[in-house]
Amino acid sequence: MSSIMEMKGVTVSFDGFKVLDNLDFCIAYDELRFLIGPNGAGKSTLLDIMTAKTRPDHGKVIFDEKINVTRTSEHQLVRHGLGRKFQTPSVFGSLSVYENLEAAIGFKTSIQKLVGKLSGEQKDKIEEVIEITNLKDLRNMPAGILSHGQKQWLEIGMLITQEPKLLLLDEPVAGMTRRERDHTGELLHKIAKNRSILVVEHDMVFVRQFASTVTVLHMGKLLCEDHVENVQANPEVIEVYLGRGRGHKAA
Amino acid sequence: MTTLRPRYSLARDWLPILVCGIILFVILPQVLSSFQINLLGRFLTYAIVALGLDLIWGYTGMMSLGQGLFFGLGAYCFAMYLNLEAAGKNLPEFMPLYGVTELPWLWQPFHSPIVAIILAVVVPMLVAGLLGFMVFRSRVQGVYFSIITQALTAIVALLLVGQQQLINGTNGITEMRTIFGYKLSDPNTKLALYIITGVVLGAVFILCRFLIRTRFGRLLVAVRDDENRVRFAGYNPVAIKVAVFALSAGIAGLAGALFVPQVGIIAPKQLDITASIEIVIWVAVGGRGSLIGAILGALLVNTGKSVISSARPDIWQFIMGGLFVGVVLLFPKGIVGAIRDLLKRFKPNWRMPASPNLEVETTTLAAGEQQ
Repeated sequence: MSSIMEMKGVTVSFDGFKVLDNLDFCIAYDELRFLIGPNGAGKSTLLDIMTAKTRPDHGKVIFDEKINVTRTSEHQLVRHGLGRKFQTPSVFGSLSVYENLEAAIGFKTSIQKLVGKLSGEQKDKIEEVIEITNLKDLRNMPAGILSHGQKQWLEIGMLITQEPKLLLLDEPVAGMTRRERDHTGELLHKIAKNRSILVVEHDMVFVRQFASTVTVLHMGKLLCEDHVENVQANPEVIEVYLGRGRGHKAA
Repeated sequence: MTTLRPRYSLARDWLPILVCGIILFVILPQVLSSFQINLLGRFLTYAIVALGLDLIWGYTGMMSLGQGLFFGLGAYCFAMYLNLEAAGKNLPEFMPLYGVTELPWLWQPFHSPIVAIILAVVVPMLVAGLLGFMVFRSRVQGVYFSIITQALTAIVALLLVGQQQLINGTNGITEMRTIFGYKLSDPNTKLALYIITGVVLGAVFILCRFLIRTRFGRLLVAVRDDENRVRFAGYNPVAIKVAVFALSAGIAGLAGALFVPQVGIIAPKQLDITASIEIVIWVAVGGRGSLIGAILGALLVNTGKSVISSARPDIWQFIMGGLFVGVVLLFPKGIVGAIRDLLKRFKPNWRMPASPNLEVETTTLAAGEQQ
């Protein structure tokens, strides 16, 4: 079976504490996968490993069947087709919405060529992304003044311009209103075609909109990997979430 | 219209430059004495350095305390040429005093003025490029970058003091008489040097303005806003930062090369830490993140320094310090920023072209960094 992301026996420890413990984890091509887990389960570390931000102590991480993640730098990995949205929205506050997208789409341009202009194709792509992210009226505004939800969409939009093969989204609907969540859901449906997406999200109502597999991470290990309904009914999952008295919203 | 940057009209872009050119090259030489022209010529070289610092500090968010060093390196390079020209076929005057009988290899390339000018730009670029590569690769950021550049400046200044035989140590290089055969003391030579400096300032300004209006320029602002995002957007921030640091150092070196023939001396004292801090103050006062602000700050602060310190030499340092503290507290965006805010109050939709919005970061000016 071929996977866009394949992790084998990955172990990461900080000061002797094993954050990820001999973890095997795969995402298939074109799959939409959700990842949940209580506080300290190692979700963010898992994303850090996939994006080469953190190097594992042991284990193999292969992206797109041939790229050894542990030997690739972060920006090169992005150029190979790996996009990541951070938990807190991170956009360039002083640049306008358009300029943020422009910066994102030019990511394969070498430094010398950055003094040149965008191609017509790239401009069209930016227009298209501005359209689907609902940011048309704000295109000229500095991104720093956008609302939380709009920043999230802009960041997702920036990733879309890069057409990644695998998109990692860390809590894309956290802190969003109902309507914003719905819109994000639509956005996700739209962009899920022809690419793999991994979403870290605890909002089960949100997760349920997508008939997809949910992976539960606990103490750096895989607890279970199943369909949403089965995961919600799984006594072990209920135990790790509710047993700590935090409920579904635990982040 | 796809890009919604404010549109740059020919008139708005070039008319101010033309007006400044007329004032600098036509009006001022009529009004000012040769001494004042020479002084202004020196200030113009400071304005060039300030432009370089603004690129790396105002736009990219990294406060370099090494610009004085790069300025000094450029100045030394050109001073060596002037010194050799003054010595003619002999050794520079100071060398025999320390028992040097043959021109050191380091001096050989500086027989040629062209090579000297090129080295004045290239040497600072290489130093900055190398330091930048090591520092940025290990992800040193913020104040730590400032401290490292300051340490390098201090080290080099000390090193130069110790090189008595090679470059006359503390005394510096002083023996300069002619440039390309023209007497440095001649008012016409001074005027010519002033005009050349003005032209170079204009060229550097146009280059910087071009750069910040490109995607590269916006990426500099992006690095300032969120370097991590730049990295995870697929760019290598190390390359971007090394490029802009080297560029700013090259600009400083060029300014140094223009400074030396107008002043006739370069000594280690002139590239110590204070010099670098003063450059930061010029840009802070004028308004970082604005090229006009950098030029304005350099010219105003130095004019003030020259006027006040000739009247009351004892109080200038206090005024300088007070100015910096005052600007940081009252006008964190400098003169240009304050004027912009004022204009914005009357025209809410008004947006100055190519100005990164400094309002977003409200961090202290002194640290000048996010995180």
